[in-house]
Order: sequence, then C-alpha cells, then structure tokens
Amino acid sequence: MRLQLSPELEAFREEMRTFFTTQVPQEIRDTVAAHRHVSKEQYIETQRVLNAAGLAVPHWPVEWGGRDWTPLQRHIWREEMQLANVPEPLAFNTSMIGPVLAAFGNQEQKERFLAKTANLDIWWCQGFSEPDAGSDLASLRTTAVRDGDDWVVNGQKTWTTLGQHADWIFCLVRTDPTAEKKQRGISLLVFPMDSPGVTLRPIELVDGGFEVNEVFFEDVRVPAENLIGEENRGWDYAKFLLGNERVGIARIGSTKRMLAQAKEHAREITVDSRSLAEDPHMAARIAEVENELVALELTALRVVANSADGKPHPASSVLKLRGSELQQAATELLVDIAGPLSLASFADEGSDVPDWARVTTPHYLNYRKVSIYGGSNEVQRTIIAGSILGL
Amino acid sequence: MNFDYDSEQNDLREAVRGLLARAYADSEQRRTVVKAEPGFDEKTWSRLAEMGLLGLPFAEEDGGMGAGPVEVAIVAEEIGRVLAPEPFIETVVLAGGLVAAVGTAEQRAEILGGIAEGTTIAIFAHAEPGTRWTATASGVTATQSGDGWTLTGVKEPVPSGARADVLVVSAVVDGGTGLFLVRADAEGLTRTGYRTHDGTRAAHVRFDGTPAVALGTGDRTAAIERALAEARIAYGHEAIGAMDTALRTTAEYLKTRKQFGVTLNKFQALTFRAADMYVSLELARSTALWASMVQEAGGDVVSAADRARLQVSRASRHIGKEAIQLHGGIGVTAEYSVGHYTSRLTAIDHLLGDGDWALARLAGTVADHETVDPLGAPYAPGGGVVTG
Repeated sequence: MRLQLSPELEAFREEMRTFFTTQVPQEIRDTVAAHRHVSKEQYIETQRVLNAAGLAVPHWPVEWGGRDWTPLQRHIWREEMQLANVPEPLAFNTSMIGPVLAAFGNQEQKERFLAKTANLDIWWCQGFSEPDAGSDLASLRTTAVRDGDDWVVNGQKTWTTLGQHADWIFCLVRTDPTAEKKQRGISLLVFPMDSPGVTLRPIELVDGGFEVNEVFFEDVRVPAENLIGEENRGWDYAKFLLGNERVGIARIGSTKRMLAQAKEHAREITVDSRSLAEDPHMAARIAEVENELVALELTALRVVANSADGKPHPASSVLKLRGSELQQAATELLVDIAGPLSLASFADEGSDVPDWARVTTPHYLNYRKVSIYGGSNEVQRTIIAGSILGL
Repeated sequence: MNFDYDSEQNDLREAVRGLLARAYADSEQRRTVVKAEPGFDEKTWSRLAEMGLLGLPFAEEDGGMGAGPVEVAIVAEEIGRVLAPEPFIETVVLAGGLVAAVGTAEQRAEILGGIAEGTTIAIFAHAEPGTRWTATASGVTATQSGDGWTLTGVKEPVPSGARADVLVVSAVVDGGTGLFLVRADAEGLTRTGYRTHDGTRAAHVRFDGTPAVALGTGDRTAAIERALAEARIAYGHEAIGAMDTALRTTAEYLKTRKQFGVTLNKFQALTFRAADMYVSLELARSTALWASMVQEAGGDVVSAADRARLQVSRASRHIGKEAIQLHGGIGVTAEYSVGHYTSRLTAIDHLLGDGDWALARLAGTVADHETVDPLGAPYAPGGGVVTG
C-alpha cells in the first residue's frame, strides 16, 4: 500500500494539467465552467486539439491512436480534463463506436472510420433506446430486413443525444425476429444520418434545452458492408460498448469543480450580514458532499490501481451509482445557494442576477439524467445485488 | 499509489483470522466470553501476544515489532469481523500509542514491553461525564506533590477500566492537559466496572489524591489529538470488519429465509437495500484504507481521521440498522449474531466521536481549500500537484 503517486505519475499528471489548462481555448473551458451548452464547433475544436496531441483516444489500440496507458493513467487523464473544464472527447465516438470498430470491425471498416472518428471528422450518434426499450434494451423493435445487397431499416429510436449534430448513427436493429432469445436476433448497423428515410425530431427537455432526439427510419437502405461484426451478434457488441460507457462515468473531477463553485458562490451571498459560507448548516452540507466525493475518488483509485488480472474490480459498480448521486447533490447545492436568484433561469439583459445563478436550476433539472443514462441506478443496484452479493 | 496488500500483510491477515476464528468460531463462543469477567478471553489475549500482535506498532527497542498502521488496520479489521472483545485498540493503539509518543525510554520499555508480552493491560482514561470527544481534560486535576503528582476527579466511561493494570490519565495541569500514569493498586483509586451494551466493559474511575507519575511534561493536547486520530482510524477498520460480516450475514439470510413460498432474495425491495449497504461499505473501506496510508506517509493524520470517521460513521449506522431490518425479528434477538454487530458498531461510533462530530470539524475548515486532493497536500507529504 502506498499513498503517493510515483514520480513518473506525478510528472504525467502535471503534463496533463498543463496541457489541458494551456492548450484548450479558454473560451471553451469557460463555457463548460459556466454550465452553458457547448456548441458543435467547440466540441470539434477541442477534440481536434486533443487528437493532435494524442489525447483524444488514449484507450484505443495503439495501432489506431491509443497510448497503451495503465488504467490509473487513463483515470488521471480524465480527471485532469474535467478539473480543467475541458469538454471530453465525444463519448459516442471515442468510448462507444470507436472501441467496437477497433475490436469487431473488419479491416476496411477500421480504415474507413477510425481515424475520422478519433478526429471528430465524423460525428456519431447512438441508436439504441426505443420508446418501448429503455433499461430493457433487448426488447428493441427497429427491424432490418435483407434485400439484395442492402438492409432495409424501419422503426424508431429515441434519447439520441446530440443527434442533431451527427453525421452517422450506430444502430441496434432486429435482424432475426424468430430468434429464441430476444438478445440473439440483434445486429449492429452504421449509416449516414442524411440517408433517405431518416427523420430527426428534437425533444425539448425540462431545462429548456435540446440535447436528445427521436430518430425515425422509413425504408432506410443500408449497404450490407455497413454491418459491424457478425449478423445477430449485436447484443454482444452493445454490452461491450455499454461497459465502456460506464468507465469514467463517476465524473469526480467535474463534481469537484461544482463544489468549488458552490463554495465561491456561497461567499457571494449575504444573509443577515453574514456570508452564506459562514452558515454552519451550509458549511456542513458542503463538507459532507465533499467528503463523500473524497470517498468516491478513493474508491475509483482503488479500482483503477488494482493489479488484479484484467477482471473488473467488484467495487467498480459503485462508481456509476454514487458518482451520479454526487453530481446531482452538487447541482442541488448550487440551486440552494442561489436561492431565489435561481428563478431568473431565462433572464436576459436587464437582469442583475449573476450568470451562475441563472443556470443553476436548468442545470439541476438537466442532471436528473445522470442517474438514468448509462444503465440507470436501479440497473446498477441489480448488478451489485446479483453479481456481487449473489442475491 | 496502490491499495494492494503485500504478501507479508496477507500472511498477517491469515494468521490473525485463523487465531480469532478458533477463539470465536461462532457467536455463542463470544457470548460465553463476554458474559464472564473481564469481558474478554485472557487466553486469547496471551495468544495475540505470542503472535507479536500486541507489540505490533511499537519500536523494536521498546519491545515491539516496528510495524506500520496498515498492519494495525489488518488486525483491527479481523477483530471487527468476529467482534473479538479483546481491548486491542484501547491498549495497543491508544494507551500504547500515547506512551510511545511521549514516554521516557524507561516508561516505554516497561509499559510497552509489558503490553507486547501480554502482561500489562494499559488503558487511556480520558472521557469525562458532562463533556464529549475533546482532546483536553477538565474533570480531573493534577497537583504536584513533592517529586510526584496526585490526581483528583472522575473519568467515565473508561473502557476496560476495572481490568486495566495501568491507566494513562489525562488531567488539567497549568491550564493545559497533561498525561499521567496510575497503577491499578494506587491509593485513592476507586474503580467501578460495568457491562456495556456491546458486551465489553467500562468503568467509573475516581481519583482521590491518587499518586501518579507524569508521562511527559507540560501540555500534551497535541499528542492526545494525534493518538485519538490514530485510534479513530483503527476503530474505522474494526467497523469495516464488522460491517463486512453484517452484510455477508444479511445476504446469506436473504438467500435462505423463505416467506410467501420463496426466498427473500426474490424481493427487489430487499435486494436493492442490500446493494446500497455494499455501496456504503466499499466507500467507507476506501476512506479507512486511505487514512491508514496517510498515517503511514506522515501526512495530516488528524484531518484524514476525521474524514474516515465521518464516512465510517454514516456507513455503520446505515449497515447496522439495515442488517437488522432485513433480517426481521430475529435480528433483534441476543441469540442471533447480527444485532450484536449493530450494537458494537453503535459503540464504536460513540467512543471517540460520531459522524456529526467529525462533520462539524470538517465544516469548520471547508472554506480553507478550493478542492480536496487525497493524494496531495496536506495528506501526502511531497505529493500532489500544486494548483495554480
């Protein structure tokens, strides 16, 4: 057991911190810090800066731009990125379809897609959930029927995050409706979002923002060469991909930033000639979330530093569950610190309410999503009860 | 940075677990032991001494093994796993820790040597009625008398206070808090022992002009604060061991107990709560391990202990209460083990400071830093990256 990072890892951490705080444009990092929506151009610019430095896809195979880092290095890379308010490389590209293509795609597909995926020359979106297939994803009903050299896709996807910016979609479709187990009749297809028959409808969220969409498919013709891996093995690829989705989902660095903001803003609010930061109850609330975050960070470090032979550490299931709860606790803290100022959500010019206070409630409402996506927290509890406690 | 035990540490754990498993193979054996005085098994105490565990953290020249906080943590966790009632933390970590920190070479050789051999039970008499969880004394006063000192006042509750061979007593001296050694046979010492809810023992200890020997000189508040922090960390590990058993026992029960014609693990309302217990346990475990590493690295052990105390306290209450509830009625019977785990966890929570107490301390310093880096200052000397 050893507390300190090795000198090499300290140097690595410093290198990451310096890069993220000096090479990613300040304006973009300010947008993230202010909890404002990051634009398509800002995502692309950031990812290209990272990719040029070999920092967009370090977890990919070396052949395709990966860095052969240890899990601990990847953890440090991700945490430092969040601490510096850098928008992370687009998860759909770098954590989802990229690793699937690298692991299961054919050579032609790898050459066609991987470099452009790493550089965000192609913006991918995820066609997984459907109106009747959420946590029970294997119930999906979108079909693909073979017709000559094409697959013909019909159906509907939903919760397609940032689909409005997407060039391509990776999509789970049912290719064998007769399969005995519903998981066995699913395949993974990729196709352009501007294919004839694809319609995208934005869904306005409770925070007033547009980040998810419904996507409809009507006789969309997809060339057979766009099947990834084997026919009817799509469920295996989906599980592989969702496993990656949960990596780094604890978002500890990002929550740390929010807590730092909470402290800063609590000092700016005066109640009965005393700053809110000096209120013992508020100080205790912040201190308790902060301590829980320390416990989560230490658990994440325990998991990533674990030398066990490639098997996932049992405590890793804690990360998504607790990580999402603490992100939500931090957003709630910010709304409560803003107090009545939080009502000025959509105020424009002519309002004296500071910008940070205006975004607190939309941000808080938006963050209800984090305990739902990436395998809802109830799914995580099912995993813990079943595979760890044997219940 | 890593959280892995080395092979010697794993061997130590196996050895301690084996010894304690023989002594407390089932909860009935523990019940028999804690019913009789002195509330623990003297033979088991001797075996712990034979294995070198009672001198584990003491320097070799003081008769110890020179081991570190991680080894102490391993022993504490195994003690918690079976609820062994032997006063290991009280004697070795707390009283022993104080003697090691401020005692003269002679005092260290005599007392630490005696503890390591298993012939001396030393206990820190510190708590006083009417106050709680401070590092200072107010109810016992030390007065210089010739070459020595006398103590007057009351300490209570003093864990294993009636059984102790020597008491390390905190007392008011010159407006500060000094430390003193009092022998069990000292004049003017009255000890009234009693059972506590968790099966251990405590005592009302009255000093009435009782002769005492100074342990170090002057104000020792800082040494007390540090020793209490180290004991809080050790109790954290004991609690981890106890919570681990409470959770395992509960999970096993859910798999075997039938109601409505099915085993209880068919009810998601129950399994989800067990999953939450696991989450609490693992977060507390990470924090307790970290606090031991901070201690070993020479970082800010007081702050790290507060963080561990808060996390372990919250987890202890959560797991302790749920373990009983998920069992149902049998969980509150004396015959069944799980309620005793909850009782012990509740005792640990109140010995040296509970979660709210630790939170109040952390809240007092929360504005002093922007973010917490558990691998950086003040926890890891020389570690961490300086924030611009």
